Amino acid sequence: MHRYLPHTEDDERLMLESIGAKSTDDLFTDIPRELRLGRKLNLNNSLSEIELSDHMKGLSNKNKSSDNLICFLGAGAYDHFIPSVVKHLAMRSEFYTAYTPYQPEISQGTLQAIFEYQTMICSLTGMDVTNASMYDGATACVEAAMMAVENARRSSIIVSRTVHPEVRKVLKSYMRFRDVEVIEADMADGITDVEKLKPLVEAGTARVIVQNPNFFGIIEDLTEIEKMVHANKALLIDYADPISLGILKSPGESGVDIVAGEGQSLGNSLSFGGPYLGFLATTSKLMRKMPGRIVGQSEDADDKRAFVLTLQAREQHIRRYKATSNICSNQGLNALAAAIYMTTMGKKGLKEVAEQSAKKAHYAMKQLTSSGKFKPLFNKPFFKEFAVMGETPAGKINDELLKHNILGGFELNNEYPELKNGLLICVTEKRTKAQIDKLAQEMEVV
Amino acid sequence: MKNYNSLIFELSKEGRKAYSLPPCDVPDISLDSVIPPSLMRDSEPELPEVSEVDVVRHFTNLSNKNYGVDTGFYPLGSCTMKYNPKINEDMANLSGFSNIHPLQPEATVQGALKLMYELDGMLSEISGMDRVSLQPAAGAHGELTGLMIIKAYHESRGDKKRKKIIVPDSAHGTNPASAAVAGFEIVEIESDKNGAVDLDRLKAVLSDEIAGLMLTNPSTLGLFEKNIKQIADLVHEAGGLLYYDGANANAIMGIARPGDMGFDVIHLNLHKTFSTPHGGGGPGSGPVGVKSELARFLPVPVIEKKGDSYILDYDRPDSIGKVKSFYGNFGVAVKAYAYILSMGGEGLTDVSRKAVLNANYMMSKLKKYYELPIDQVCKHEFVLSGLLENDNHIATLDVAKRLLDYGYHPPTIYFPLIVNNAIMIEPTETESLETLDSFIDVMIKIAEEAKEAPDILKTAPHGTVVRRIDEAKAARSLILKWDGTYLHKE
Ligand SMILES: Cc1ncc(COP(=O)(O)O)c(C=O)c1O
Repeated sequence: MHRYLPHTEDDERLMLESIGAKSTDDLFTDIPRELRLGRKLNLNNSLSEIELSDHMKGLSNKNKSSDNLICFLGAGAYDHFIPSVVKHLAMRSEFYTAYTPYQPEISQGTLQAIFEYQTMICSLTGMDVTNASMYDGATACVEAAMMAVENARRSSIIVSRTVHPEVRKVLKSYMRFRDVEVIEADMADGITDVEKLKPLVEAGTARVIVQNPNFFGIIEDLTEIEKMVHANKALLIDYADPISLGILKSPGESGVDIVAGEGQSLGNSLSFGGPYLGFLATTSKLMRKMPGRIVGQSEDADDKRAFVLTLQAREQHIRRYKATSNICSNQGLNALAAAIYMTTMGKKGLKEVAEQSAKKAHYAMKQLTSSGKFKPLFNKPFFKEFAVMGETPAGKINDELLKHNILGGFELNNEYPELKNGLLICVTEKRTKAQIDKLAQEMEVV
Repeated sequence: MKNYNSLIFELSKEGRKAYSLPPCDVPDISLDSVIPPSLMRDSEPELPEVSEVDVVRHFTNLSNKNYGVDTGFYPLGSCTMKYNPKINEDMANLSGFSNIHPLQPEATVQGALKLMYELDGMLSEISGMDRVSLQPAAGAHGELTGLMIIKAYHESRGDKKRKKIIVPDSAHGTNPASAAVAGFEIVEIESDKNGAVDLDRLKAVLSDEIAGLMLTNPSTLGLFEKNIKQIADLVHEAGGLLYYDGANANAIMGIARPGDMGFDVIHLNLHKTFSTPHGGGGPGSGPVGVKSELARFLPVPVIEKKGDSYILDYDRPDSIGKVKSFYGNFGVAVKAYAYILSMGGEGLTDVSRKAVLNANYMMSKLKKYYELPIDQVCKHEFVLSGLLENDNHIATLDVAKRLLDYGYHPPTIYFPLIVNNAIMIEPTETESLETLDSFIDVMIKIAEEAKEAPDILKTAPHGTVVRRIDEAKAARSLILKWDGTYLHKE
């Protein structure tokens, strides 16, 4: 007997009798003999809970977590504060052991939480509608691109080189197989080069992806790009950091058509890169092209307010190959965590997180560049990440920092060969003055 | 608190807060001095202002309006709603797994890489494939990744004509949708009267334009595709590849393997077969497995072992690239890995045996009251076609809604599309005989009610927190976020 398998021998006998089978083997006679494995699986023996837990702790202890390291690494995954209530509430098993709310009468908890999530994401982004989550930021951005590139055949899309390299890589994989050309727009001093973008947009490519704050943490002024894109009847997609939206102008205010982004910072742990959640929001005009699940408010037979999945005619289970996307399971639990996070931090808290991150990042920049050993790589307004460079290769600096239990920045030359020795430093509200000073001190002596 | 009916926004009161942060300890600056005010928001985002107790009660009350596997029986066909072991959640929450950054140096994440490498090996053994990537985030994402691999394979041979994918009409909606996202044309083939692939119809569409065939085995009817070897041979002879949708792998672990059936590319669903929770819609994880000839096309990075250490290998020129940031839903992979260790090889085989036993037991009892269109031994699930006697025109939806009154999550309904009024029941192996019997009794009772008191079914549910919901109204009024205008109706 295994602890997860309840049948006793008697149960099994009784059931087989009822079916009219002699043994469970009889239930597999439909599998041709030559296709049967005919041997035992070459796997471990079953472990008890104690053995399992020991084994897992052994593996986990081989990793250095942010409990032991001071994290100045960002680049798309962020060490922001997660209030204790988030995990407690998201891990209520009525939430996490349910599936997609196809039976709304017994799924009002999930449905209402998604409705609240949608409301808060729309408020943050300044957009009209959003969906119940995508796999992650990168795939959300690709879905936004696919929304924009309507007739996929021999089409193209422009993406700024200041967009996260991982996002551009995922975009390229998808678009390669859809015969959509991905055109990278160059950058100048760490932002999208508007002069170089112009001829590309005017040449008829009707979609542009930018990131704000961009991969280097720089806040790009979208005013000119927006005007240019819309003057050419094109669509503007913005890849946004939700935490920054506590203080920065929303994409909606900037006239963006589709917003995508990585929602991990909203109450989800780093977890070696996943599970996170992608968010995607757009205008009412593009609503029916949106992928993924959407919750709407309605009423039940007694006129009581109730929530239900809506606009399902866009989805794969109805439209099959004509669907707006193939997504089915999404990142529901991570979206729930995001909803709980946004609720807990609230109007003032999210703003304070954004302000503290920005102020601490600016303090860090000042400390790191004060002696002249490191210089700012760009001279542009930034949010919580910034790039510096010195004479020492970034990899060497990081190796040294690690010896002092500091997780250094992202080594920019890995993705931008021209930015030799560039280090992208991230500072969240969790970092203290003492930690920043320590970083500056250690970098000074490398 | 069944009648709890507040939105969090309706509880909001200016000045309340649920969070605490330490005072900002760096010298204060005015952000206006470093960020141009034109780039800043004019007004604060409309988020709630509530206390911590408000947050806790609100989401606790919402959770009480939900039904999960921990609440009760959840025989949602095709979704494998088995018990989600609690220890796995604890393991994924260990700080060494949950608090590591994806871009940390490899030397600081050796445990995580080892786990992923070993899980690749375990899933390869279970499926009979040679290499598995954990990058795809769900089943549909795995399908898309697999189809990209198939396309890359044909292109690498200079074979550019193969732009079509064959999908049986019994397939899940994600199959054709994924093929379309991967830039394929879809050729749908009609199944035979037993829901299996019709060999003549298959032959008729095979040509040098076919890139491959997508198949679920056991099929979406819960039946083993007996001709699989022949199907594989036909597709391979025509130069195509065979894709396996692993949604139904819970039926065959340790008994048969897609890799031995002739499949070239597969995905598995960790959130079905390997017990990771469904999260109210996700996160899932849809690892993709391939035969060795196709391993060079797998997404980057691939985890390799070099001496005693594990590395992320990006140096793979033929790779399709990345399909997701970083390495997939790692936290989900941790739970699946823990599950496999808990079960062991023999345990997993027992899982499939018991899953199939449970399904056949229920099928043998229920076919006396509900129409069973294809009466043969089933695998881990079976599909009924509405009530056997149905003079009162009771819809499958009515049966499902009535089950809610009896405290059950209904089966999957109206899928697969090739069965009228489909009721797709997947009990899973973690359910006891008593649970199955109680559910069977209720299904029989509902069949009686259908004859004697049809209105109870047509107006069901009666005892849930809300009653049947007006979906048309939702689609008409399109209230997709709180607009602040709703007044309490109670
Ligand atoms: C047969 C089948 N294929 C594919 C999928 C898609 O899997 P996912 O929801 O993980 O994307 C499902 C999901 O329910 C399924 O039942």
